[in-house]
Amino acid sequence: MSQFETVIGLEVHAELSTRSKIFCGCPTEFGAPPNTHTCPICLGHPGVLPVVNRQAVEFAMKAALALNCEISRETKFDRKNYFYPDLPKAYQISQYDQPIGKNGWIEIEVNGIKKRIGINRLHLEEDAGKLTHSEYGGGSLVDYNRVGVPLVEIVSEPDIRSPEEAKAYLEKLKAILQYTGVSDVKMEQGSLRCDANVSIRPVGQKEFGTKTELKNMNSFRNVQLGLEYEVERQIQVVTSGGQVTQETRRWDEASKKTVVMRSKEEAHDYRYFPDPDLVRMQISEEWIEAVRQSIPELPDARKARYVQEYGLSSADAEVITISKESADFFDRATATGADPKAVANWLMGDLFGYLNANSLEFADIKLTPEGLGEMIKLIEKGTISTKIAKTVFKEMLETGKNPAAIVEEKGLVQISDEGALKKIVDDVIAANPQSVQDYLGGKKQAIGFLVGQVMKQTKGKANPPLVNKLLAEAIEKL
Amino acid sequence: MSLFDKRLSEIHSELTKKQLSASELVEASLKRISEVDQELHAVITVDEEGARRQAKALDERLAKGEGEFGLLFGLPAGVKDNIVTAGIRTTCASKLLSNYDPIYDATVSRKLKEAEAVIVGKCNMDEFAMGGSTENSGFYPTRNPWNPEYVPGGSSGGSAAAMAARQFFFTLGSDTGGSIRQPAAFCGVVGLKPTYGLVSRFGLVAFASSLDQIGPITKNVEDAAYVLQAIAGHDPYDSTSAKVEVPDYLSALTGDVTGMRIGVPKELIGEGVDKEVREAVLAALKQLESMGATWSEVSMPHTEYAVPAYYLLASSEASSNLARFDGVRYGVRADNADNLIEMYKETRSQGFGPEVKRRIMLGTYALSAGYYDAYYKKAQQVRTLIIRDFEQIFADYDVILHPTTPTTAFRLGEKLDDPVKMYLEDICTVPVNLAGLPAISVPCGFSASGLPIGMQIVGKAFDESTVLRVAHAYEQATEHHKRKPEPVRG
Repeated sequence: MSQFETVIGLEVHAELSTRSKIFCGCPTEFGAPPNTHTCPICLGHPGVLPVVNRQAVEFAMKAALALNCEISRETKFDRKNYFYPDLPKAYQISQYDQPIGKNGWIEIEVNGIKKRIGINRLHLEEDAGKLTHSEYGGGSLVDYNRVGVPLVEIVSEPDIRSPEEAKAYLEKLKAILQYTGVSDVKMEQGSLRCDANVSIRPVGQKEFGTKTELKNMNSFRNVQLGLEYEVERQIQVVTSGGQVTQETRRWDEASKKTVVMRSKEEAHDYRYFPDPDLVRMQISEEWIEAVRQSIPELPDARKARYVQEYGLSSADAEVITISKESADFFDRATATGADPKAVANWLMGDLFGYLNANSLEFADIKLTPEGLGEMIKLIEKGTISTKIAKTVFKEMLETGKNPAAIVEEKGLVQISDEGALKKIVDDVIAANPQSVQDYLGGKKQAIGFLVGQVMKQTKGKANPPLVNKLLAEAIEKL
Repeated sequence: MSLFDKRLSEIHSELTKKQLSASELVEASLKRISEVDQELHAVITVDEEGARRQAKALDERLAKGEGEFGLLFGLPAGVKDNIVTAGIRTTCASKLLSNYDPIYDATVSRKLKEAEAVIVGKCNMDEFAMGGSTENSGFYPTRNPWNPEYVPGGSSGGSAAAMAARQFFFTLGSDTGGSIRQPAAFCGVVGLKPTYGLVSRFGLVAFASSLDQIGPITKNVEDAAYVLQAIAGHDPYDSTSAKVEVPDYLSALTGDVTGMRIGVPKELIGEGVDKEVREAVLAALKQLESMGATWSEVSMPHTEYAVPAYYLLASSEASSNLARFDGVRYGVRADNADNLIEMYKETRSQGFGPEVKRRIMLGTYALSAGYYDAYYKKAQQVRTLIIRDFEQIFADYDVILHPTTPTTAFRLGEKLDDPVKMYLEDICTVPVNLAGLPAISVPCGFSASGLPIGMQIVGKAFDESTVLRVAHAYEQATEHHKRKPEPVRG
């Protein structure tokens, strides 16, 4: 057991899925050719003024409410001043002392232990552009498409005690944002970004240690790796008699290390002040209520429902509900009347396995949840065996056809006709006297070989429990 | 009678009766510019070709007699060079923007075009509207048409001088701390700063966003009302634009001031105000009294804090507003830099003049960590107190009247080396901006040396009608506005 305790706070930026930018009418869609989603306003031309997108405010409220935050009845925008070529106005419109949401929390579960992580604040701001440093020299290129895309910044309390908890927090946060529909939370497209404040302290000490800020962790995996490295590094520094320096560090993916970006002395003075171009916003109780009503069932509620109504284990329900796509898939498959536990097993086993192996997402596959449900019902009815179902499943993934049609087309209907199977069973017994002898001699597993022979003869279509029964009966009669 | 002496409403009616053409007006304006502007330097850019083309198109429409004719049909306008005009260079009188051709129109530019005015030129100003003499123009100072040894005031000095010298039929200025009213007073013309939020700021290159307001500079009060009618109104592109009905301003000009209650702040008429100026304003009060108005002395106890509070707030906002001029996307980029930081430094060092740099430094300092509460926040509190001073007076009075400036125009170079002295010139004008109220400057006399004197009439928020009514009644009862500067030499 380490003599140090880790203290982590996370700052997450999530782009909101509004159709237009936060202060102008430009589209927010990802992937357009550089600088095509721009106008004088987001380019910060002389004289332009911002007008706030109400949808962005509403999405921020929705996210805040889903994260159990209080909503500020009066809120405003402030300017954060700094020079950088990706920031056209040389200030970012953000929120300083009156964030839209504050004092929230989310619940995480690590190794079966539930814990609440506090959320200090959630505020609304505009995104900056994207710089590309040309590898051929001749300077840098700027793409302003992303400038003005609405962001929420969600700042946790320093309640996180391990990199695992950090990962669990991020996963739950991502799920909540995804469920509420306010963000598409794609870390690889930069619509979800995470910075961390990390410090260590001797177990039992109340005061926080000196923290470092960690940036540039562009995947959940890298967040965990970066934090693990940084915690280890700080412990090394302290145990070798040194002191942790307050600084900003960058996770370097290539070397798997954190490296210094800037020291405390180089930190910006952002000179925040209220943006005089935007009026203060009053948020009415009615508006808050209307937004609250629009929040769909969230991951925790769905998880509880799966455990209570369907008898899934808490762990399985967690795995399914951590992504909205998989939870929605589960619900639709279950709606066909298929056994929820069977749906859960197919989903977490074969389907997740397939998606992971091929780096695919739900949107990429042809298999429908209804198809999976119907397939499971065919197993339940005995129309196909579980073994045959694997073949049907594979076909469904590739073609999206309905399972009954696949079974019909390929003649995969299970043979459950005792008369037809009896003959094959007798032939197999006659052809394999040694196995029969082994079985009779007490090697009960020898029956497996005989079942296999029957399956082979029937091209896998024989009903396995029936074959077992018929084989046992036939041998007993010998 | 010269074309330029006719009221705008008069010209409009003659145009629609085809007794006049837009081309005639534009040619008159261009001719005047070529005659006097060599010496005055009131104009930075003249769009000769565009103006002629537009006038021709308007005349063709006039000939066909089709449709409604815009309120400002065919009227040549001079627009302060911090109001962006698509297709006409907009420099803010700054070297940094000396190559900037806007890709969009300010809302007021669009409104001028919709009202069918012809934007003939862009007027000189103090760089980024920072100054009170137009000596801070990055290109050349503008001279006062009444005496070219004197400044025209500022920052809308070009707009005021050009109006006084009749280079346009009306001009637009912007007013952050007096930048319409003070040059109007120095140049003997009418300058109206509307209520904050009445005229859209979209496309006005921001100096201090919470104070800036666009307004007309004209030869008489009726013209000011006429132009205001065309540019006022809510704009969805400006969040600070007010959702108010725009009244018919011309119908407010009844000439009747019977029973009008006028408050005169003792802080703005006593010590520090030139004798000549004070006497002219007292005479004006007497005139209004004779017309049925009443006046008495009132107090604005926080006046002495207005100028420092104003310079803190305006500079703070400016330090942020002007940060975008970094050489990255537009404007003149310094070409002698090896890296990004140097590029920023060189671009801004070479592009900005000394007054702009002074205010950026002042504002940056005031907003810095550890100083914010002592400066910016304190200044906001002063602002609230000044708003209350006005509210208390307006509980009992319809308008407030006092000199627009403590002195008449000063000589070029006279105050350049003493910025604080220059700032104190603003004492009569900045409280109005801090409170966001409407105010007009009208000519009310001349000094012994022949320089114009202006008086200011301040009204309640969005009560431009009353301000205009009092100003118009006074103007019609007096002759000051009829006096024009001697033909400018050269």
